[in-house]
Amino acid sequence: MIPVDFDYYKPESIEEAARLHEQLDRQKMLPLYYSGGTEIITLLRLDLIQTKAVIDIKAIHECREHILGEDYLVLGSSLTLTQIEERNAFPLLTSVSKEIADHTARNKITLGGNICGEIFYREAVLPLLLTDSLFVIGGPQGVKILPAHEAFQQTMQLGRGEFLIQTLTRKDFLGMPYMSVKIRQQWETGYPLVTIAALKAKGEIRAAFSGLCSFPFRSKRMEDELNRKDGTLDVRMDRALRHIPAPVLNDIEGSAEYRLFVLKNTLTDILTVWEVEQNA
Amino acid sequence: MPETNKKVLILSVNDEDKDIVFRPADTLLGVLRGKLGLTGAKPGCLNGDCGACTVLVDGIPMKSCIMLAIEAEGHKVTTIEGLINTKTQASFIKHFAFQCGYCTPGFIMVCHSLAEKQPHADKAVIKEWMQSNICRCTSYQEIEEAVASILAEE
Ligand SMILES: Cc1cc2nc3c(=O)[nH]c(=O)nc-3n(C[C@H](O)[C@H](O)[C@H](O)COP(=O)(O)OP(=O)(O)OC[C@H]3O[C@@H](n4cnc5c(N)ncnc54)[C@H](O)[C@@H]3O)c2cc1C
Ligand code: FES
Ligand code: FES
Repeated sequence: MIPVDFDYYKPESIEEAARLHEQLDRQKMLPLYYSGGTEIITLLRLDLIQTKAVIDIKAIHECREHILGEDYLVLGSSLTLTQIEERNAFPLLTSVSKEIADHTARNKITLGGNICGEIFYREAVLPLLLTDSLFVIGGPQGVKILPAHEAFQQTMQLGRGEFLIQTLTRKDFLGMPYMSVKIRQQWETGYPLVTIAALKAKGEIRAAFSGLCSFPFRSKRMEDELNRKDGTLDVRMDRALRHIPAPVLNDIEGSAEYRLFVLKNTLTDILTVWEVEQNA
Repeated sequence: MPETNKKVLILSVNDEDKDIVFRPADTLLGVLRGKLGLTGAKPGCLNGDCGACTVLVDGIPMKSCIMLAIEAEGHKVTTIEGLINTKTQASFIKHFAFQCGYCTPGFIMVCHSLAEKQPHADKAVIKEWMQSNICRCTSYQEIEEAVASILAEE
């Protein structure tokens, strides 16, 4: 049971949602955009967040769009992870998504909720970072479009009252070779020790990570080292790992040392497969 | 917005419309058990981890502890009480696919939905769907047999 009360709003347009947020914010209602709601319900029940009003964005048409257009794949932020998997227009995203939570939970968890949530793994953002996707963001100032790497830096960079409406991914990225590997401490569902998503774009390797640091990230500096042609794989790997952008997590899921060990082995496996393929 | 002032919710549960006096903060699980007396969906972890609270919403399995009752308005909710005399129920009994039975309604809901939506599901899909639920008594072997027999029949 959720021990506190809140009001529930279900606007049908971006403008209405943004207006409501502004109004409720002024009234000190601590409004929250509500998508799948799974995290909001859980954190409210544990008294870890506060709100007196939630704004459910699932009735906003743009947030439900799922279109493979001429140039872009459009994914509404309120699509559930299983809806995205079933359509499978973006195989790398499907592959990462299928490892998040469990199938029934993914019938409720949404793309936007995963990326904008407090729970820091946010694994669904990895494929979007790797494919230079665009994020469509709405708010009191209207709608804007930002590259994923600007909109998402450790967390979603949203101004007051802003929310994620959609992501746009260029179609040419959708068919590129990819790999994603999620290593857990145990079991076959649950949060990652490390998740690695990798894409081969025009012969260059791109890689993004979750569970390694306290935020998911893609590092161009790590990629540059991985793509250098000099040195053995082992040397390139060591050089790349020097550019991990923050302390490696050292927690009950696994020590920093163990995470690095797992990361290095998994990345080595991925690169080996691709380089063998390339040289074949 | 009208939603916020609503005090009464009309929910379609097991093919019957029910008027419910509710708070927007009520979870679907809370309303089913506390307001409708449908105690088949079980509270377990309340975090979305265990699956004991699973119901179907428009035929899709949902963990009712992480869903607000108001979100179910306009949709068809099915609980374990709505699956009486189904093949899924019979199969779980035939295969003794339970010990204490606490997790059983959740497993049956997922199995029922899978059989309806993907009657030819392969082993990987069956595993993916069924991994959403946890059985503390570890009746997994029997549950697997019950699920396999339902899908084989479909
Ligand atoms: C059983 C379970 C297992 C999980 N396992 C994993 C896992 O393996 N990997 C992983 O990465 N995550 C995992 N999660 C975490 C889950 O992905 C996040 O909690 C996610 O936020 C849930 O999505 P939601 O749509 O329900 O979010 P909501 O509860 O709706 O929202 C979460 C937060 O994001 C904000 N928000 C939502 N949508 C938007 C939007 N469009 N624009 C701006 N803000 C928004 C909300 O205001 C809120 O603060 C798991 C969760 C559960 C319940
Ligand atoms: S009680 Fe809902 S998933 Fe455990
Ligand atoms: S039969 Fe007891 S929890 Fe599954």
